Amino acid sequence: MIDLKGYGPALLDGAVVTIELALLSLALSLALGLIGASAKLSKSRVAIAIATTYTTLIRGVPDLVMMLLFYYGGQVAVNNLSDYLYDAYGVDFFFQFDPFIAGVLTIGLIFGAYMAETFRGAFLAVDSGQIEAARAYGFSRWRTFHRIILPQMLRHALPGLGNNWQVLLKTTALVSIIGLTDMVRVAEEAAKAERMPFHFFIPVAFVYLSLTAISELFIKWLTKRANVGVVQGS
Amino acid sequence: MAETAPLICRDICKTFDQLEVLKGISLETRKGDVISMIGSSGSGKSTFLRCINLLETPTSGDIIVHGDPIRFTTNRKGERIPADNKQVELIRARLSMVFQSFNLWSHMTVLENIIEAPVHVLKVPKKEAIERAEAYLNKVGIYERKDYYPAQMSGGQQQRAAIARALAMEPEVMLFDEPTSALDPELVGEVLRVMQSLAEEGRTMIVVTHEMSFARDVSSQVLFLHQGVIEEQGTPDKVFDNPDSERMRQFLAPNF
Repeated sequence: MIDLKGYGPALLDGAVVTIELALLSLALSLALGLIGASAKLSKSRVAIAIATTYTTLIRGVPDLVMMLLFYYGGQVAVNNLSDYLYDAYGVDFFFQFDPFIAGVLTIGLIFGAYMAETFRGAFLAVDSGQIEAARAYGFSRWRTFHRIILPQMLRHALPGLGNNWQVLLKTTALVSIIGLTDMVRVAEEAAKAERMPFHFFIPVAFVYLSLTAISELFIKWLTKRANVGVVQGS
Repeated sequence: MAETAPLICRDICKTFDQLEVLKGISLETRKGDVISMIGSSGSGKSTFLRCINLLETPTSGDIIVHGDPIRFTTNRKGERIPADNKQVELIRARLSMVFQSFNLWSHMTVLENIIEAPVHVLKVPKKEAIERAEAYLNKVGIYERKDYYPAQMSGGQQQRAAIARALAMEPEVMLFDEPTSALDPELVGEVLRVMQSLAEEGRTMIVVTHEMSFARDVSSQVLFLHQGVIEEQGTPDKVFDNPDSERMRQFLAPNF
């Protein structure tokens, strides 16, 4: 076993932070992605405009710039709001933006835009006859969505979704820059103090690698389940 | 008092953009009627069928299902839309449709396909819905395929499963939209035989079809549509053997 010079527990804690950050961001991005895709496919011009602005803006700005903007800019915005509320209504409200929240919000927002595109394509791939049959049998819109469209679109969405998740997981490393004590941050400090970059960064790389490998297996399993009823070409 | 008609359509018109597809079609069914709608492609017969259960909203005209008229309103753009979505869902549940391309839900087994709407829309207890589904699968002769997925069956078997799905709703009227048009010729017979047995049981059916022998032998009434109007209407004997309309004679000519 490699000697982590007493940084082992801190690295482990950092790894947990990384996983929490990734999972929460994933949940946010999935929600935003579904909303974004629904908006883009809706008939409302306002909804389409908002969703298109969102995806265009997010996909055109570097992740790191967005994160810095959120972390520093977000705090300034909250401070201004809190000052305003206090002056105008006497409401004493304060909210401290910590790096973790800023990280979840930024990564969730960024990947929400990518998820929206993935979901949009997947929704369009569902055969219209399947939806028509649901309507013809008296399904409400919601029932049609969750009993027919959702299970069928998942099959088309999973490859893109798996890809997004892996990139998302690796993007969490960026949050160490705004001061979150994730695995990367701990390794960086340890490497500087001990002057042993390989010694600390290689294990971190392996943790990421094993996380993505496990995810890959999970996605394979999900894909198999989502493809039920589909005859595979030989 | 006379029995309430399962379905009455009055003066149904449908316009897509500038194109007038239906120019006033009326239809009244009695219980046990089998009405065949024939006509060349583009005559509006499928559109009419889709108007009945509001997959398309008629531009004007009334639809009355078992004495219950569908209510319409106008949206902001001035288009006619159903006034009450709940009512539409209830009406659709009473008019089950069999599609040209089957449209069985591909991620569910045959049995799941059949119990889905009875359980979730009609709120039939699951156990009862399964018993009902199995009885109908027996009737259409594919009981042993109940745990197959649609993609694992032939077109004829899929369409018979789709008919069982329609039956399981115990509908007021069954709507068939060219149910054999997507089938290989040797599979057409098995589906038509099932439909014939339903007709003999006294189920009310409206069938859009190109199968002239079915229209002639099984239906109680035949409607010939041409360019959005009913060109000829009556008993099969009258429509096929003694048509008033020149169009109808031309339509039949290649069959002789």
